[in-house]
Amino acid sequence: MIKVIRMTVNGKLEELGIDERECLTDTLRNRLGLLSVKKGCEAGECGACTVLIDGKAKNSCVYLTVWAENKEIITVEGIRGKSGNLHPVQQAFVDEAAIQCGFCTPGLILTGVELVNSGKKYTREELRTLISGHLCRCTGYENILHALEKVVGK
Amino acid sequence: MYDIKTVLKATSVQEALKLLGDNEDATIIDGGTDVLIRMKERKLKNATLISIQDIGELYGVTILENGDILIGPGTNFTDIEENSIIQKHIPVLGYACSQVGSPQIRNIATIGGNICNGAVSADSVPSLLALDAILEISSPDDTRLIPIRQFHTGPGKTILKKQKELLTKIIIPKDSYENHGANYIKFGQRNAMEISTLGCAVNLSLSDDKKTIEDYRIAFGVASSTPIRCPFLEEKVRGMDIGEELFKTIRREVLHEVNPRDSWRASKELRIQLIKELSRRATKQAILNAGGTV
Repeated sequence: MIKVIRMTVNGKLEELGIDERECLTDTLRNRLGLLSVKKGCEAGECGACTVLIDGKAKNSCVYLTVWAENKEIITVEGIRGKSGNLHPVQQAFVDEAAIQCGFCTPGLILTGVELVNSGKKYTREELRTLISGHLCRCTGYENILHALEKVVGK
Repeated sequence: MYDIKTVLKATSVQEALKLLGDNEDATIIDGGTDVLIRMKERKLKNATLISIQDIGELYGVTILENGDILIGPGTNFTDIEENSIIQKHIPVLGYACSQVGSPQIRNIATIGGNICNGAVSADSVPSLLALDAILEISSPDDTRLIPIRQFHTGPGKTILKKQKELLTKIIIPKDSYENHGANYIKFGQRNAMEISTLGCAVNLSLSDDKKTIEDYRIAFGVASSTPIRCPFLEEKVRGMDIGEELFKTIRREVLHEVNPRDSWRASKELRIQLIKELSRRATKQAILNAGGTV
């Protein structure tokens, strides 16, 4: 059944007709063209589809779009500064070469943004736990941890 | 697209119960990290979902006047782990919740779902068993309180009446945590995103001189067809002095009440070894947490 819902995506209020069977990944990709939200395992395991929902990192593949009503969604497309500069987490990923194929990167960046927004600082060990919901098959995680340590490390 | 017929959103317990009664074969969904996966696996088809995510009264952790701790079943694992009441009084449960899935999963998956899904591997359940949690189950006509020990009846099976009932409160009695020390150990093949191969929770209290076990409760996940307690072993251990004899007794006697099986995750043999060793280790740590020495 088609339903009309309202949600804020990257700071903009959107009113969308959606199918109540669809997950948020598909809505963001297919209806709003936000292709940073990746389709990986589609079972809540790999973290490639991670978005921020009311500030919390969640797997959008196991999240029904009908739940997003009146919620605030952030994807990588929405985290740049006003002048177009990269978010500190993005800049750190560039500086530390924390990217290879790039498929896991948007999800990891958003977990990084969630950590920045918490205002806390983390040890490397804590960061390892905090990124454990993201699978990266290229980097071996070392540079990703270097990058996150730069921004939210103790 | 998920194989969904319709999603009905409830905003109160009463409304959820009414929707349950009105819709044959409806499925309750909260965080969805189990229910949606079941749909992916084609174990749940053409589903009528009753979403209870927006029911505020099912969310939160509070401490009652009598010292009992009340946990709303709709509280997600992250919020339980980070809650100050949980950290102060029942850190074992906070730790158990931190062992579920990944951070993103813990940001949405709920403790009530973990209980009601009925998985033998549910990470929060051994600790809740060792804490003798009381569950409040609501139906349109009444509410009943039952000990969590009576809740699980088989793999994926619980006493909840499908068309009628909803888990509405989790109560941790003060007697279960006051002057107690507890510990949970999860064994898995890796540290993150892992389903438990075996889980062991111990909750105990010591005598005033900290030399004797007074209260002793031990619970397991994946050691039988449901999460279980071991009353026979508990009876033996109560009153024993801390020492090598205690740990030998636990290793030996624990096997009478468990019934682990072979699965692709681990053999029965490995699970038996884990049961013996983890009960010893969890007991040791729980003694330390209760202020004793080993």
